[in-house]
Amino acid sequence: MTTLTLLKVERIKLFSTRSPWWCMGTAVFITVGFASLLAGTIRPRDLQDLTPATTQFSYNFGFLIMMVMAILAITTEYRFGTIRATFLAVPNRVDALLAKTAVVALLAGLVGEAAGVGAWALSRAIRPEAPLALDNAQDYRVVIGVGLVYMVATVVAISIGLLIRHSAGAITALLIWVMVVENLLPAIPRVGETIQKWLPFTVGNNFLYAGQQVGENNNATPSDMPFGAWGSLLYFAVVAAVLLALAVGLAKRRDA
Amino acid sequence: MIEANGLTKRYGRTLAVNDLTFTVQAGRVTGFLGPNGAGKSTTMRMILGLDRPTAGGVRIDGKRYTDLKEPLRHVGALLDAKWVHPNRSARAHLRWLAVSNKLPEKRVDEVLALVGLTDVAGRRAGGYSLGMSQRLGIAGALLGDPGVLLFDEPVNGLDPEGILWIRQFMHRLADEGRTVFVSSHLLSEMALTAQDLVVIGRGRLIAQTSTSAFIDAASGSSVRVRGPELDRLREVITSGGLKADDAPATTEGPAALVVHDATTDDVGELAGRAGLVLHELAAQRGSLEQAFIQMTGGDVEYRTGDPALAPVAGVAGAPVGVPGQPGEALASQRTGAPVAARKADAR
Ligand SMILES: Nc1ncnc2c1ncn2[C@@H]1O[C@H](COP(=O)(O)OP(=O)(O)O)[C@@H](O)[C@H]1O
Ligand SMILES: [Mg+2]
Repeated sequence: MTTLTLLKVERIKLFSTRSPWWCMGTAVFITVGFASLLAGTIRPRDLQDLTPATTQFSYNFGFLIMMVMAILAITTEYRFGTIRATFLAVPNRVDALLAKTAVVALLAGLVGEAAGVGAWALSRAIRPEAPLALDNAQDYRVVIGVGLVYMVATVVAISIGLLIRHSAGAITALLIWVMVVENLLPAIPRVGETIQKWLPFTVGNNFLYAGQQVGENNNATPSDMPFGAWGSLLYFAVVAAVLLALAVGLAKRRDA
Repeated sequence: MIEANGLTKRYGRTLAVNDLTFTVQAGRVTGFLGPNGAGKSTTMRMILGLDRPTAGGVRIDGKRYTDLKEPLRHVGALLDAKWVHPNRSARAHLRWLAVSNKLPEKRVDEVLALVGLTDVAGRRAGGYSLGMSQRLGIAGALLGDPGVLLFDEPVNGLDPEGILWIRQFMHRLADEGRTVFVSSHLLSEMALTAQDLVVIGRGRLIAQTSTSAFIDAASGSSVRVRGPELDRLREVITSGGLKADDAPATTEGPAALVVHDATTDDVGELAGRAGLVLHELAAQRGSLEQAFIQMTGGDVEYRTGDPALAPVAGVAGAPVGVPGQPGEALASQRTGAPVAARKADAR
């Protein structure tokens, strides 16, 4: 079975139900919506803070929604037994699951681009007088690079879905990881901040915000991160790949 | 042909399938019979590579399922009619299946027509009745025009119309020369559908035999016979060494005799030699289900596992190791002696 065939199968499966459309639409709408809300309500004296980096602050919404969609793409297959139908049609589980991961990640990447570019473009339309021009590599990276972060994040999400198999459990695990662990860990005295710099989503975020000034007290990313921008993305991607290999390897051995 | 060899599956402490060896012959309908929880579904999942056997293995036409290239062209399976996303239409469901095995997409419309779902193919599958879901499952199994078909309890929960439809469909598939392996917990259903039987109880093989031989062995055989001179008939039969009981007239028919442990051949011959006229001569099946429960139920009790528990099981009212028919039948079948041969010995 060729790769193209498997990608087509997963594409048909994904788009023959309506919920992915809803997830994608909501992800773009909320992300762009919050960005334009910020642009619309910012005080004139803060206008110089409305930079390309600032327009992307809301990317977390969209990318959480896309991660939930990625989890559901796997867990609903387990819930309804279609994963078994899939493995009957494509007994090579590794290929089947990688094809699904590729389709979902690609889609998330496109949504990320739409949300990122949309948020920036709409902010610029609302506040033409703000310093929103894309002047350097950093500006381009934060606006156009956001799709890459979406892609890697959905690979993590698919792995969680594959490992846990239940929608509620997998989504809870994801939220605890992203919202609680990665955000609250610095609260632990001494070691907390050191560990945080190695947490995957924090590092992934550093790809977008490394070297960026966001607002007055720059808190977009911890200072002295272990990697630069592209190194951070690579680290994030490696973590995701390891997790995916683990999840797919386990799915291959477990009963479907 | 499907060959299982020492197939074993353990889930934690449950031994769902225990050292199961059997063969499903090509071009025939083979029933897979066993009470609920006997391990039929587990066995089928292992045949199809969904569950990994704890020990042993199973091959389809000499290959493991997972080694089949484009498997839907070789093997069609309906294990659970609900393995469809409820928000996906039947057509979309079949379409991705077809694409996955490089089957022409027009095949989707063909199988939809074959099972009579063409008119509702665009509707979401979650809204289907069980009968419609079952038809969709069969459509999926037939998509690749496979030579081997597996169905797990296909008539379970269906209304009589649905049952009849499935039954006729099985016969049609068999007439087309396909290998069909179909499970059920109802012997009466298998008697109508299957030529051969693989019978299991508590994960173990109880018998592999032809359906008619199993039924003869399981139900014992008696003959209903009737003629104008009932008293003379009774004399002839008893002097021939057979035992006859009176069957009084009921709504089913006028008074007759029931001859135990005999065939219609035996009784007909006796009557013929005596020059007696017969108005009725018919083989009677005992209660198949009852007999079947006896045969497989025996196995349930033997396998309560912990020997210390055995007396408790006995108190519970089941005939644990009670000498007599069921136990004997089980013993001789386990040693592999054909059921028919055992019957001949017993006579
Ligand atoms: N996934 C599973 N996990 C644990 N136990 C199982 C699982 N599947 C089946 N079993 C157990 O294995 C036994 C056989 O079940 P099954 O194969 O479904 O029987 P049948 O299909 O003949 O009714 C039962 O005791 C059942 O509870
Ligand atoms: Mg079952």
